[in-house]
Amino acid sequence: MSIDIDTARKVAHLARIAVAEEDLPKLAGQLSGILTFMEQLNEVDVEGIEPMTSVTPMRLKRREDVVTDGGYQDKILKNAPDAREGFFAVPKVVE
Amino acid sequence: MSLNKLTIADARDALRKGDVTSVEITESCLAAIEGAGVLNAYCAKTPEIALDQAKAADARIKAGDAPAMCGIPLGIKDLFCTTGVASQAASNILKGFKPEYESTVTQNLWDAGAVMLGKLSMDEFAMGSSNETACYGPVVNPWKVDDRKLTPGGSSGGSAAAVAADLCLAATGTDTGGSIRQPAAFTGIVGIKPTYGRVSRWGVVAFASSLDQAGPMTKSVRDAAIMLEAMASVDAKDSTSADIPVPNFEAALTGDIRGKKIGIPREYRMDGMPAEIAKIWEDGSAMLRDAGAEIVDISLPHTKYALPAYYVIAPAEASSNLARYDGVRYGHRAKLGAGDGIVEMYEKTRAEGFGPEVQRRIMIGTYVLSAGFYDAYYNRARKVRALIKRDFEIAFADGIDAILTPATPSSAFGLGEMKDADPVEMYLNDVFTVTVNLAGLPGISVPAGLDSKGLPLGLQLIGRPWAEGDLLNHAYVLEKAVGFAAKPDKWW
Repeated sequence: MSIDIDTARKVAHLARIAVAEEDLPKLAGQLSGILTFMEQLNEVDVEGIEPMTSVTPMRLKRREDVVTDGGYQDKILKNAPDAREGFFAVPKVVE
Repeated sequence: MSLNKLTIADARDALRKGDVTSVEITESCLAAIEGAGVLNAYCAKTPEIALDQAKAADARIKAGDAPAMCGIPLGIKDLFCTTGVASQAASNILKGFKPEYESTVTQNLWDAGAVMLGKLSMDEFAMGSSNETACYGPVVNPWKVDDRKLTPGGSSGGSAAAVAADLCLAATGTDTGGSIRQPAAFTGIVGIKPTYGRVSRWGVVAFASSLDQAGPMTKSVRDAAIMLEAMASVDAKDSTSADIPVPNFEAALTGDIRGKKIGIPREYRMDGMPAEIAKIWEDGSAMLRDAGAEIVDISLPHTKYALPAYYVIAPAEASSNLARYDGVRYGHRAKLGAGDGIVEMYEKTRAEGFGPEVQRRIMIGTYVLSAGFYDAYYNRARKVRALIKRDFEIAFADGIDAILTPATPSSAFGLGEMKDADPVEMYLNDVFTVTVNLAGLPGISVPAGLDSKGLPLGLQLIGRPWAEGDLLNHAYVLEKAVGFAAKPDKWW
């Protein structure tokens, strides 16, 4: 499976990474190379094999559905590039 | 001997006897760090925190309340969040980020009285095998045999270089595909990746959550046992932390492996394996046999597919984990142009903040998870992963106690030498280590000798799940038999 320039542009947008138009051919080539490497997986007979979902056989822990943490808004906002009046600030989202 | 050259075990014993103080050992390390700027191992130095912690440790030792790690100065990989101290995962996208919380691993170490010297450089987001993707510039291997500067390996390259050059007594590392074991092998030190779930991932910047594990990088196997015990815990804050008590790993170092069965997997004998690597592997297995173990040829038939499976699964998980770096909550935000909206903010921020290898892996992950390709790539890779894990389960069910393999396909290479290589060529560094992450097993790299150039080579031992004590004991026997005592000549 080889990735063409249009696909590279689409993937970059899905990943929310700006890629300049002139850089797309090189990116497409590198991504294609990596995918070609992955193609070896097609040689493996995986008939009847369940995809691995848990590294060690364990049941995920459960706990009471109660608030156990919180109450430190200032700490949450401390590292924000732009925080105002207790909120994260971002460019206008809705017109 | 300068105090910075001590092992954890020797420092512990000397501290308890009152022969030295933690402040003295810490000052010795801080001086060594100041003299080693050219290695570029530390990306943030915290001498004030170190001296405060050392004084507190000395008081605690005096009071007779001294766990093994009390007063031991450590370097911390930049991937661990440390309160109020820059924690950047060697990425520009986390520039300026100072966490308001402490990772469980580092908290466990501070609770045990350990001392933080600073943060150690690494490949950006732990993605790399040469430390050249760090936003701080490459770390230099203290081992040097000609006029070239060599890589310490990656991603825990700063940790490896700092331990090998005695810029700390030991360091924390993390390992997603070999990032503790490969740099340990390249610098002649010991590094163990524990069983998945043994060490809490809470507060460690996530790369691939089903593969990431933290572990110690040390000057000896005994030190690895001592430090792993302090790092490990059952942690309610990490839902994959196993409810299995942490044993006394040091007590497992009996030096007796008589009757143990060591598997030698034939699939690891790759085409074109350098003769020197094949030789240290054979020598290592002879040493274990001489120690009374039985050497058994085994087969792990899906080994060949581990790297391609890994390079589907790890980027897929990374693409979701790294979605959080959006310029909103922490780190870098791009300067926006007039009329730029939120999508432009995300796209410009991530383009500026992530380096090329991280961008590539996010995009590969995005692609293999996208509609139409999820089954062909991601689900197939997870099925192959199940088969790789089953290979090991069959070997262990047949009575194998540990598996011996080379740690890396070569010794350390020169910085910049892989610059024009295909990304896939760099991925081949992980060929012997990546299976262990996919199967969630513990693996340890032990120095096994020097190659003809005079550079360290490592051997890897792979253990049964949750049997780190037994694994460390095998490594301890190998370490004693090899008798590796070489250190890099100080040129820096």
